[in-house]
Amino acid sequence: MSFDPPDQESADLLALAQSVANTARTGEQVEAFVARSSYTTVRAHGGEVESFTSAVSAGIGVRVVSDHRQGFAWAGTLESDAIADALADARDNATFAEPDEWVGLAEPDGVAPVPFDAFDPSVATMEASRKIDLALELERMVRAGDPRITGVRVATFSDSSSRFAVATSTGIAGAGRGAWCSMSALALAEDGDETYTGGGSTVGFRPDDLDLAEAADDAVLRATRLFGAKPVPSQRVTIILEPRMAATIAGLLGSTLTGERVLKGRSPFGDRVGEAIASPMLTLVDDPTDHRSYAADMFDGEGLACRRNQLVVDGVLRGFLYDSASGRRAGQPSTGSAVRGVSSTPSVGCQALAVAPGAGSFESLLADIDTGVYLQSMTGLHSGVNLVSGDISVGIEGLMVRNGQLAEPVREVTIASTLQRMLLDIVAIGEDVEWLPGGTGCPTIVIADLSLGGS
Amino acid sequence: MIDQSVLEEVLGVAMRTGGEFAEVFAEDRRNASAVLDDGRVEELTSGRDRGAGIRVVVGDTTGFAHTADLTEAGLIAAAEAAAAAARGGGGGANVVALTRRSASRGYDIETYPGDVPKARKVELLTRADEAARSVGDAISQVSVSYGDNRRRILVANSDGLFVEDDTVRTFFAVSCVATGDTGMQTGRESVGHTIGFELFDMYDIDQLARNAADRALTKLAARPAPSGQMPVVIGSGGGGVLFHEACGHGLEADLVSKGASVFRGRVGQQVASKGVTVVDDGTMAREWGNIAVDDEGNPAQRNVLIEDGVLTDYMWDHLRARKEGRRSSGNGRRQSYQNLPMVRMTNTYLLAGEEDPDSIIASTPKGVYVKHLGGGQVNTATGDFVFGMTEAYLIEDGKVTEPLREGNLIGNGPEVLQRIDALGNDFAMGPPGTCGKDGQGVPVGDGVPTLRVSSLTIGGTAA
Repeated sequence: MSFDPPDQESADLLALAQSVANTARTGEQVEAFVARSSYTTVRAHGGEVESFTSAVSAGIGVRVVSDHRQGFAWAGTLESDAIADALADARDNATFAEPDEWVGLAEPDGVAPVPFDAFDPSVATMEASRKIDLALELERMVRAGDPRITGVRVATFSDSSSRFAVATSTGIAGAGRGAWCSMSALALAEDGDETYTGGGSTVGFRPDDLDLAEAADDAVLRATRLFGAKPVPSQRVTIILEPRMAATIAGLLGSTLTGERVLKGRSPFGDRVGEAIASPMLTLVDDPTDHRSYAADMFDGEGLACRRNQLVVDGVLRGFLYDSASGRRAGQPSTGSAVRGVSSTPSVGCQALAVAPGAGSFESLLADIDTGVYLQSMTGLHSGVNLVSGDISVGIEGLMVRNGQLAEPVREVTIASTLQRMLLDIVAIGEDVEWLPGGTGCPTIVIADLSLGGS
Repeated sequence: MIDQSVLEEVLGVAMRTGGEFAEVFAEDRRNASAVLDDGRVEELTSGRDRGAGIRVVVGDTTGFAHTADLTEAGLIAAAEAAAAAARGGGGGANVVALTRRSASRGYDIETYPGDVPKARKVELLTRADEAARSVGDAISQVSVSYGDNRRRILVANSDGLFVEDDTVRTFFAVSCVATGDTGMQTGRESVGHTIGFELFDMYDIDQLARNAADRALTKLAARPAPSGQMPVVIGSGGGGVLFHEACGHGLEADLVSKGASVFRGRVGQQVASKGVTVVDDGTMAREWGNIAVDDEGNPAQRNVLIEDGVLTDYMWDHLRARKEGRRSSGNGRRQSYQNLPMVRMTNTYLLAGEEDPDSIIASTPKGVYVKHLGGGQVNTATGDFVFGMTEAYLIEDGKVTEPLREGNLIGNGPEVLQRIDALGNDFAMGPPGTCGKDGQGVPVGDGVPTLRVSSLTIGGTAA
């Protein structure tokens, strides 16, 4: 595979990764994943800089496979003695694993990466004073947004510029870089003895992409529209999920469609390929080659080219995501879906999920709902969602929908169903796709017949 | 880890631009883990992370920088970056003299996991896998994980504090999937303590694995949980996360001082039913949230937060306490040297009452018995919190009857605390937890006796 790292720093990281991979002994495979990033975070509070953090961090993860046994070790530094220790530890660890014929590193598969480089050097060279000004400005805008805003728990500016490289003794070589900046604010609003919080954020590949007004308006609106909220009686409801909420549900579904879960019998959809698992309105892809996604990338965590993977088309389950080991076991090629950091071995994961747009604006979807709930936030996703059984139960805040209109605010209630049912109960998907900070692209989704637990 | 003279030099550099407070936090952490899944020991992992975070405080501003380079030159570069970030006015030539203090947790580690052959760790995984699968053919999948870590920290600051600590934690968990006509269900058991490999003298791994398998099997027959309000009995040891969420986070001084807590301004008030005493206690020997000193070098304390229903105090870190002219309560913690400390819980628990736990259930005509809670989450501004039930049963006519499917419960902290109407005499600590706040995770423990909340909202799907 011919491939040129995008800059000298990436090339240096790749050379380092290759120097480790080249130490592989006969009958042994070695992989090195190397990353270095610099970042700053500014937190503003009360018109002052609460904290300013700046740092560079780097690390290496080494995977050794020998006799179909895998061992791994990592170090939070790129000093040569630490790298040597990690290599030795990984080798030793491999001797304690039980052999598995499918275990092994990725091998070049001839799929050419789709060129992508959204790295903007202005992120790394931005003046500290400008970052501070932006954070203070965002806090000011939130405070000025509504007389009931009594404070901002925190307004932050963050940026990160990072590079990574992965190389193996099996001939893999990949490197990439990325930079982004983001801002967020958590507004506090008070009226009488009620206090509510509301968050807003903005993200971009470069500082000029940031939209402070949008972040501030969002935080203010969300903090101020819940006054008077209380539980409503338990009932069955339709829910309308704006893109950021809908993306959460898409993420849950995506998590159940990884080869790892399927092969190990932990996916409720493991034996459903070719069947309708969702409303025919739903089409879901995982596509890091879509450059609208903030998670767009050229390579996966094993150094294979990222590619467009169709998961659900018109409601029918098309297939699963694989890394090289799970793909070999399933008799499928890797889908370029290995995700990882320095301190972990690659696992199969979604990278840039996207739900295909349907028809109708948010307003027109809302107008079609007789009785329902518009969700502003969900809590307890980690405790109330079981991706093996599919049970879903979360706490929500939001606004009731009555006769097609947003009505009274509601809080301290739950909504519950199963993932399997929710997919079939999708009754509308909107036309406008929003690309979210996490990299998911999603329109508004309406789902019928959930249980609301309330007063 | 770092010489005293180097620390004094680095702190001097950090204070030179007019800092009012400077601190070096250095950490050297080693992790080891082993995972069995799908009937096979998949992987052993070793990790090493070492570095220092340096902060400089000027007025209300903290400058922070971290580095993996622990040489004098690396530390001075980080100190200069932190001082620049704090934007001091300059003009201070500050000499820092450190006084070394010892940190003690009052017990010794018996067997350092780093000294235990890897083969012994692997053997535990295999044993647990076999035990779980022996419970029944319906157990379709088992994963077992072992983990240990040793974390050495050093804290030195411009007040002259200089302390080092060495903490060892060991963890073991079994997760099972059971498959039947009704689909798949899961069961999990985990144990973890701030001790070494002697963890496995405290627990019967076979029994732990069988319990996890039993829990998954039981749930195959589970019916959908109800939806709506009813009395909820929480099992001993299984439900400390209730207090962690219902009041713990709301009593963290950083959130309180920003107006983001429903418990703001309520010290001295009756915030819970009489008889309810909630404590956060970093000194609890061997528990998962045990610390000798916090990550700002202050000794761990036993802090009574609510006493007989009355709110007595919040939890404090160095910065918040300094602002209020009081002492830290030993709750300044951080995930790693790459993070700033903030107010965090340690081991949070509710003291036992006097009632017989069986009589608490017997006196509940209709409700839900939650034997084990999962995680939870709270909005401290409204006090609304959720927590998951991983093992729960219906209570009918004062008896525990059918198992229920998983779901969340939702309540409001200040209301729920007032609705505790029964406290058992059977206190127990629960499984190890990781508390997340602003993106940082720290190990925490919790505990409760059997207790009843007269009304909580259950987020099931049944009418």
